[in-house]
Parts: sequence; structure tokens; C-alpha cells
Amino acid sequence: MFHAIVFMPLIGFLVVGMFGRSLGDRASQIITSGLVTVSAILSWMVFVDVIMGGGTNSSVAVLEWVRSGALEFNWAFKIDTLTAVMLVVVNSVSALVHWYSVGYMSHDPDNPRFFAYLSLFTFAMLMLVTADNLIQMFFGWEGVGLASYLLIGFWYKKPSANAAAIKAFVVNRVGDFGFGLGIFACFVLFGTVELDAIFANAEGMKDMTIMFLGTEWHALTIICILLFIGAMGKSAQFGLHTWLPDAMEGPTPVSALIHAATMVTAGVFLVARFSPVFQFAPDAMVLVTIVGATTAFFAASVGLVQNDIKRVIAYSTCSQLGYMFFALGVGAFGAGIFHLFTHAFFKALLFLGAGSVIHAMSNEQDMRKMGGVWKYAKVTAVLMIIGNLALTGFPFMAGFYSKDAIIEAAYASHAYGSNYAYIFAVIAALMTSFYSWRLTFMTFFGECRADKHVQDHAHESGSAMLIPLVLLAVGAVFAGYVFAPYFIGELRFEFWNGAVVTSPGDIIDEAHHVHGAAKWAPTFMMVLGFVLAWWMYGRKTDLPQKLAETFDGLYQFLLNKWYFDELYDFLFVRPAFAIGRFLWKRGDGQTIDGLGPDGVSSLVRNIAARMRTLQTGLLYHYAFAMLVGVAVAVTWFMVTGSGH
Amino acid sequence: MDFIQSHLLTIMMLTPLIGVFFIMLVNHPDQALVNRNVRHVSLLVTMVTFILSLLLWAGFDGSTADFQFVEKYKWFGDGISYYVGVDGISVLFIVLSAFLMPICILASWETIQKRLKEYMIAFLVLETLMIGVFSSLDIFLFYLFFEGGLIPMFLIIGVWGGAERIYASYKFFLYTLLGSVLMLVAMLYMIGEAGTTDIPLLMEYQFDPGVQKLLWLAFFASFAVKMPMWPVHTWLPDAHVQAPTAGSVILAGVLLKMGGYGFLRFSLPMFPDATVEFTWLIFGLSVIAIIYTSLVALVQEDMKKLIAYSSVAHMGFVTIGIFVLNTNGIEGSIFQMLSHGVVSGALFLCVGVVYDRLHTREISRFGGLATNMKKYAILWMIFTMASVGLPGTSGFVGEVLVLFGAYQFSSWLAFGAAFGVILGAAYMLYLTRRLIFGDLTHEETREMKDLSLREYTILLPLAAVVFWMGIYPASFLDPIRVSVDNLIVTHLDPALERAENRDADAAEQIAAHQE
Repeated sequence: MFHAIVFMPLIGFLVVGMFGRSLGDRASQIITSGLVTVSAILSWMVFVDVIMGGGTNSSVAVLEWVRSGALEFNWAFKIDTLTAVMLVVVNSVSALVHWYSVGYMSHDPDNPRFFAYLSLFTFAMLMLVTADNLIQMFFGWEGVGLASYLLIGFWYKKPSANAAAIKAFVVNRVGDFGFGLGIFACFVLFGTVELDAIFANAEGMKDMTIMFLGTEWHALTIICILLFIGAMGKSAQFGLHTWLPDAMEGPTPVSALIHAATMVTAGVFLVARFSPVFQFAPDAMVLVTIVGATTAFFAASVGLVQNDIKRVIAYSTCSQLGYMFFALGVGAFGAGIFHLFTHAFFKALLFLGAGSVIHAMSNEQDMRKMGGVWKYAKVTAVLMIIGNLALTGFPFMAGFYSKDAIIEAAYASHAYGSNYAYIFAVIAALMTSFYSWRLTFMTFFGECRADKHVQDHAHESGSAMLIPLVLLAVGAVFAGYVFAPYFIGELRFEFWNGAVVTSPGDIIDEAHHVHGAAKWAPTFMMVLGFVLAWWMYGRKTDLPQKLAETFDGLYQFLLNKWYFDELYDFLFVRPAFAIGRFLWKRGDGQTIDGLGPDGVSSLVRNIAARMRTLQTGLLYHYAFAMLVGVAVAVTWFMVTGSGH
Repeated sequence: MDFIQSHLLTIMMLTPLIGVFFIMLVNHPDQALVNRNVRHVSLLVTMVTFILSLLLWAGFDGSTADFQFVEKYKWFGDGISYYVGVDGISVLFIVLSAFLMPICILASWETIQKRLKEYMIAFLVLETLMIGVFSSLDIFLFYLFFEGGLIPMFLIIGVWGGAERIYASYKFFLYTLLGSVLMLVAMLYMIGEAGTTDIPLLMEYQFDPGVQKLLWLAFFASFAVKMPMWPVHTWLPDAHVQAPTAGSVILAGVLLKMGGYGFLRFSLPMFPDATVEFTWLIFGLSVIAIIYTSLVALVQEDMKKLIAYSSVAHMGFVTIGIFVLNTNGIEGSIFQMLSHGVVSGALFLCVGVVYDRLHTREISRFGGLATNMKKYAILWMIFTMASVGLPGTSGFVGEVLVLFGAYQFSSWLAFGAAFGVILGAAYMLYLTRRLIFGDLTHEETREMKDLSLREYTILLPLAAVVFWMGIYPASFLDPIRVSVDNLIVTHLDPALERAENRDADAAEQIAAHQE
């Protein structure tokens, strides 16, 4: 069963990747989408099993991988509740995105390649979430990175897409640098890279210290920090986030699947997976809280002023990932994963809805050239509004359960950094609501600002695209209400069964006791954000312009994403090329060659000049030198008589 | 069959020479006919040698560290003997050499028109010598093969190379000569001191720790040039750029590995005390090599130079792995050498494919090949990913094992080396972007045809090996294991212990002195 879930997308990738051209578009679409759909159905069966019968915790061996000295790791699946949750998220969204893409990519000449990549991504993501050791997790980790690279650069003729693809891969490699060191440190401390063995021994290691870069560290803290650096790269957290907005160069279904619902949540998954270790590393947890809260605030602030519809949603994703992280940071692991789960539905819905809008507007992504799309695409508009309600935490929608639980946990927590998280989270909730409704008003309502040609061609998407949207909307509405008891409610102990750390009286219990203003603050902020957006983009539509002019400095700061790209370009990219050029011309060219072979050659130029053909002359030299060597050796034997 | 089994190494060395003999016999006024025969004979003998190498691999017993397939005949009085055999450290290098050879012959199928006979003879002789290097168990025999191997390579670059071939072969020559003279002197001393040329006996012989240092440095001079290590690497980019495609494949695929093999066969077991002393030197040079050459690779405008510089960086990983003196590190470095042999060979073949079409290696002349060379683009991507060490490809296993080993030695070392992982992705993807992505802006590149059947047949097996090594590396790690363990247990661990005791004694003396 688990073999089937994981390997069916791989089969889809291989078949379509190799024979896609001869199979044709339609067959490629059906093969890949069909196989992923089967995986999705099987995943739901596993998930229902977990809900009905409590979690399992088992390991399924696949194949030997590497055995070297004490280091040993194999291809194997670890099956527990966390895996089951991730299987459902990954395969459901993936299957819906596959089917959606049948409609969305129908005009693209490279259909087989696109579907093959999507299935490759799905396979890698499944390997990541089923990993039973750190190295296999790293395999999935890098595999999704590859698929992301290929899909961001899918339209490889566009220079901007290629640049974004490289940026995504290299920035992720910076995170992987930390992840890798974390794995090595884990091996040195635990003597294994198997997850179960590490978790079983974590408590015994809680007082150990190890040396790292010449400093003595609390062992579990440094391991957790290093692993978290990897998580920051993949989940686009503050400092390593710069690749995510650029990743919107990829086709929109890709943004929905990879850069909203699944891959970017891998970092959250990693930290939750390591919750049995993180619980003994409180300093690392504080770091997670602060980075998460900062990201939630930062990304939301940038999202306020972006004009590209996909970039707004991208920053929203980044911000929501921040929420998930600080939930983990304050110890509400179940709540963090719950938000991951609900977020997958409504954020995929928003992205695919944006794709539908972009389709309707002849591939226009700039919201300043939209407006009034409501009259062309009513279904899309309604579905996106549902997505917004879920995201902003409208009562009884998915986000209401997961996001509010996170904010309450931050409020209830006494850990260092939790107040910071709470304040930023509430402010970010206001901004989330504002940018979501700003997007809605700019896109769907008011006068249409597109040119006549675009308006004439504006149309609602076909049912191939709308049906997946409807299914996601169902998730966005009900995922919170139905599953809250399992993820964060009374049933959570049986449900998680130790897959993430949770216990009676923990932070999630305390969060349930938050009442009054603290509890309703996010809801209030949601309403306020809506009103502001309506006022600025529904009523007084000249107000944003005036505000931007009045606060030009702040506006530019936000519009330019806090100048991170410029800063990194200045700090890393340019110096790398400049140093490279310097080392090449000065180091290799002038210094090493100048003192070495070229220097010597100028000394012996007179001799060399006499040779008629240099290369044969040199060869003779060489053969001569070797012969002299042999002669000397033979003489040596004869004179010394050694060798007896 | 028994005869073949017991003389397998000799037969493998003779097979290419038999090919040489037949090629010399081919003589006919019709040049085209001659060339066709020469090609077919060369392909046939290299294929036979490759099949024999598979027999060697299959017949190799991974459960013992003893030398196998041993043959020993007196040759030069009592002193020097023809003594060959393989252990876990050498066996797969022979398989690698034999595997790359038919690929090289096929890669030269159409591109080499000038002096084809001599070209093929040079390659076949080179094959014999390469197998000889990895199977010699007599130090003098090793020297002959090791140095002799350079002559055909030298000719391949000097005669069939590009416009600057003379400068390149000259540089190659100068560097190598320096190293080999020092190594020869050291060998002569060792033979005199130990009274034998027998490598297994020399491994047992305990050289005086003081002398060991000098001997170690002399061998280091030769092997460091071969690897090549920074700062004696500058011959490599020039040699690669000028060499014909097949020459680059062998140079990167096999000849560079002789340095690493030399460290493992001589420096570590014969001078273990000096090895322990000099690890800092190796690590310093290796980390510099990784970061320095990766940055240099980033700014290259010539494809071959870029891949040549990346080879130096990858070899930096290998030297680190060898000298951390633990199982993960050494097994990883051997694996990394095998993987690099396949991957860099494949990348040079890929460069050769586009060079044959456009006769330039300047990166800016290309772009957008994914549009009209789809098969090529896929294979290029596979080898690029193997080069950047993506898990699931061969590049990952070696790299990660080396880093595991390095971290056990010192987190600083792993920290420094891991920069190569980031930079490696940067320069390879930047190259990929300029080569196969983007729009087809140049008129000439638009005309370029996708892989021919011959080119496809060359590259496909390499891709298959890349995945095999990445997904099921046990086939390669199993034969290596026992020999590496033996090296560590019998030679390195005692030396490490001695070094620790010396340090403890020194500390005690200082303490006593202070009192």
C-alpha cells in the first residue's frame, strides 16, 4: 500500500518523462493525473484508518542504500500520523493540481514535460514525508528542490524564469548547508541517522554538549538550530525567503502545489518531525518562534503593496509559514501542523483561483490592469472569496480554527519570545485581512482597467479548472471544523500517538483557556482589515495613491521588499563574481603561472627556441628523464645489491 | 576459464596491445577503409577488455583484504619483478578505466580524421598502462606505468589538441616532471632502505618517522600535481581545453584518480606517521581548492575550463576524505573518485557534442539548446545534477560520506568543505542556464541537431551508472569495505595512537619542566 502511494507518481514521471512525446498530450495528462489520483485515494484511506483506529508507528523497508563503517541508512518508509497527514495533503493537492493543469496548460506545447515534472515533484515530496532516516529526508528535500527548479524555469526561454530558478536552488542550498551540518552533528551525537533511534535517545542526550566550530554547545540546541536553518531555506523564512516571490515565474499550478501547499511546508514538517528533539532544546525553540513571528510580520507588510496578484499570494504564503513556525516554537506542534493542513486547501484554492483570473485576463498578472472581473468570472470570484474568508479566519472556516489556535498558543505561552510572537501575529492578522481584500477589490470589483482587447476576450474558466477549485473550497470551508478535534482537540493524544509531542496540560490545553480580548483580537483585526480595504479600494479609490505619495519612503521600502535582493546582490552575488575573476586572473594567471611554469619557461626560452618542433622535443625530454630514472634505478640495484 | 581467471590482469593488459599489433598491420591505399578497420579493431579490443574487467569485478572476493588475481614473475634479476594483483582499493579503478575506454573510442569515431592509426594506438597503449598503474604490486613497475602513462597522454594533447596545445602540453610536462623526479628519488631510497621493491612488503616495513616525512613530501609532490591540488592545478584547465574530447575524458576520468590512488596505496600505509603529521597541510590546501576553484569556475567563459576547475574542487573533497583517516572519509573518497570519473567524463563528452557542431567552447555562443536538442538537454541535466551532488545520483554518496568523515574529524573541516556544495550548485546551474536554457538567439545554434544515435549510445550507459551508483551504491561499496578497514586498522590507527602518545608525552614533559 505504502509502496503504491509513493511509487505511483514516480511511475507516472518515468513513463511520461521518457515516452511523453510519442504518447501525446492527452495520454500524458491522463497517466500522470490518474496515478497521482490513485495515490491520493489510498492516502485518504490511510488517513481515515489513523482517525478511526488511532495512529500507527511502523517502518517499511524498501532497499539497502549505504553502509559505511558505523554509518548505515536504507531506503525505507516511516509511517505514523504525521506521515499520514502529509500524505493526504501532498497527494490531494497534487491530484487536484494535476487535473486543473489539464485545463490551465492546454495551450502549452510542452504538456508531457510539465506533467512529468509535476509527478516527479510529487514523488520527491512523498519520499521526504515518508523518510525514516535523515538522509532519505535529504533525498526528498533536494528532490523537491530539483523539481521546483525545473518547474520555476519551465518556460525556460524567459530570462527572468531562469534567474528565479537558479536563485531558488542556490538559496535553498544555503539552507541545506545548515541541514547537512545538522545531520552530521546528529550522527556524531547519536551514532545513527535513523529517526526512531534518534527520538528514542533524545532525552538521554539532553545534558550533553558537543564542540561545534571551536565552541562548546548544548548538543541538542546546536543540532536543532542547524536543522532549522535548513527548514528556513525550504520554507522561505526571514533571511532565506528571497527566492519564494521570484518563484512565481513558474506556471500558476506550480505555485499552488509547490510554493503554497506542499514543498514550502517541508521546513515546518521537519521541525514538527523533530519535535521529540526540539522539546529538549528550548533555546532553539525560541529561535524558531522569533524567526517565525518576524517572517509573519515582514512578509505580510510587503504583501500590502504588491501589485502582481501572484506575488501578493506568495508573500501571504511566506507570512502564513511564519505563523506555523512560531506555533512550533512555542510548543504547539499539533497546531502548527493543523495550520499546515488547512492552509494547503485555502492557499492552493487562492493560487488556482488567481490562475483562473490570469487566464480570464489573457495572462495579465498586474492587478492595476484588472478590476471588474466579477462580471466575467463569477464562480472564480465566489471561490476566491471563500479562500479569503478561510485565510483571514472568518468564524467556522478552516483558518479560524488553525490560525486562532496558533495565536492563542502564543498568548498563553510563557516562553521567551512568545509575547513578541503574539503581538506580531495580531498585527500580521490585520495586514493579512487587508491585503486579501485589497486583492479581491482590485481584481473583481470596480471598473475594469484592462484594455478593450483583453476585456473582449475575458471569460470564465472551463470545468476542468473549476471542479478542482470547488473541491479545494470544500476543504477550505470544512477542514477546520471537522478535523480540529483530532489535531488540537480532545482526541489529539490518540490521533497523534506520539508522532508529534503533545501531552495533557501542554500549551494547546492552555491555549483553549484563553478568553476575552486576547482571544477575539485576531477576529477584530480581520474585520478591521476588511473595512480598511473596502474603504481604500472600494470607496475612496484615490486614497492609496495619496498615501503612497505622502509616505513615499515607507512605500518604497515595502514595495522593494525591504531591499533584501539589493542587499544580497551587494553582499554575496557581486563579490563572488569579483573574487572569482580576481582569483582567476591574478591568482592562477599572474601569481601561480607567473612564478611557476611561465616563469620557468622564460628562463629556458633560449633552449626551447632551438627546438624545431616543441611538442616532440618535449616528449623526448620527458622520455629521456624517465629513462635516466630507470637507468639510475638499475644502477642502484647493481651497486647496492639490494633487492635480495 | 581457470587460465583466464588466474592471469586475468595480464590478459587485460595484453588485450589492448594485441589491438595495437593488428592496427599496425592494417595497411591499404584506401585511407577510408584503413580508418574503418582501425576504429573497429579499437572498439572490439576495448570492449573485450571491459568485459574482462567485469569478470574481475565479479570474481573479486570482497571479504578479504588480501591481494587477489596475483601474478608474480622475476623480471630484472632478483630486484624487480612483474608482480600484479588487486585489492578493494584498486579493483574498481580498473573497472572504471576499462569502462571509459570503449566510450572514448566511440567519442572519437568521427571527430578524429588526422593520423587516426596513431591516435588509436596511443589510446590503447594508454589503457594498458592505466590498468598497470592500478594493479602493480612492485613499486618499480608502478613507477614505469605511472610515468609511462603520461607519454601517450602527452601525445594526445600535443598532436590532436587545439590551437594552444603546445603551451598546454608543455605546462603539463613541467609540473609532472617536477613531481616525478622527487618521487623517483624517494622510491630509490625506500628500495635501498627496505631492501625490496615489493609493495605489500613495503607496506609492512616501518620507516623511521623522521625519514617518513621526507618520503611523504616527495610522494606528495607527485600525487598533488596529479590530483591536482591547489596551487599546482593550473596545468589542468589548459590541458583539458586543448585536449580532444576523449583525451579529456580519460584525463579527468582516470588520470586524476592516480593521485588519490597513490595516496591510498603509498602515503597512507607506508608513511602513516608522516600522514598523521601532515593532515593539516592537506586540509588547508583542499579547503582552499574547493572554495577558490569554485569561485574561479563561476566566472569562466570556456565550458571545458569551467568543468576542469570544478574537477579541482571535487578532488578537494577526495583529498579531504582520504586524510580524515576514518572509514566514512576513505570509502567516500574512493566512491567520489569513481563517481567523478563517470560524471566529469560524461560532462566532457557533452561539451564535445556541442563542440563538434559549432567548433567553439565559448559559453556565450550557445543558449536555448533545450529547444532543439531535447535529448541532449535531459542528459546534460542528469550529469549536472550528479555533479552538484543531488541525492539519488552518484555524486551525492561520495560527497556525503566524505562530509560525514570530515565532520567526525572536525566540524570546521566539514564547514569549510560544505561551501563547495553551495558554490557547486551556483556555477553548474549558471552554466546550464547559459547553455541549454534561454531563447535560441544565435543563428548557428538553431541549426544544431540533437544527439545522433552514436552520441546517445555513448551517454546513456553513463547516465545509467550515475543512477545505479546513487540508488544502490552497495555494489561499489561492498568490494571496497574490507580493504579500507584493513588499511585503517593495521596502519592508520596505530599511527594515530603513536601520535597521541607523543603528544601526551610532550605535554607531560612540559608539565614536568614547568614544575
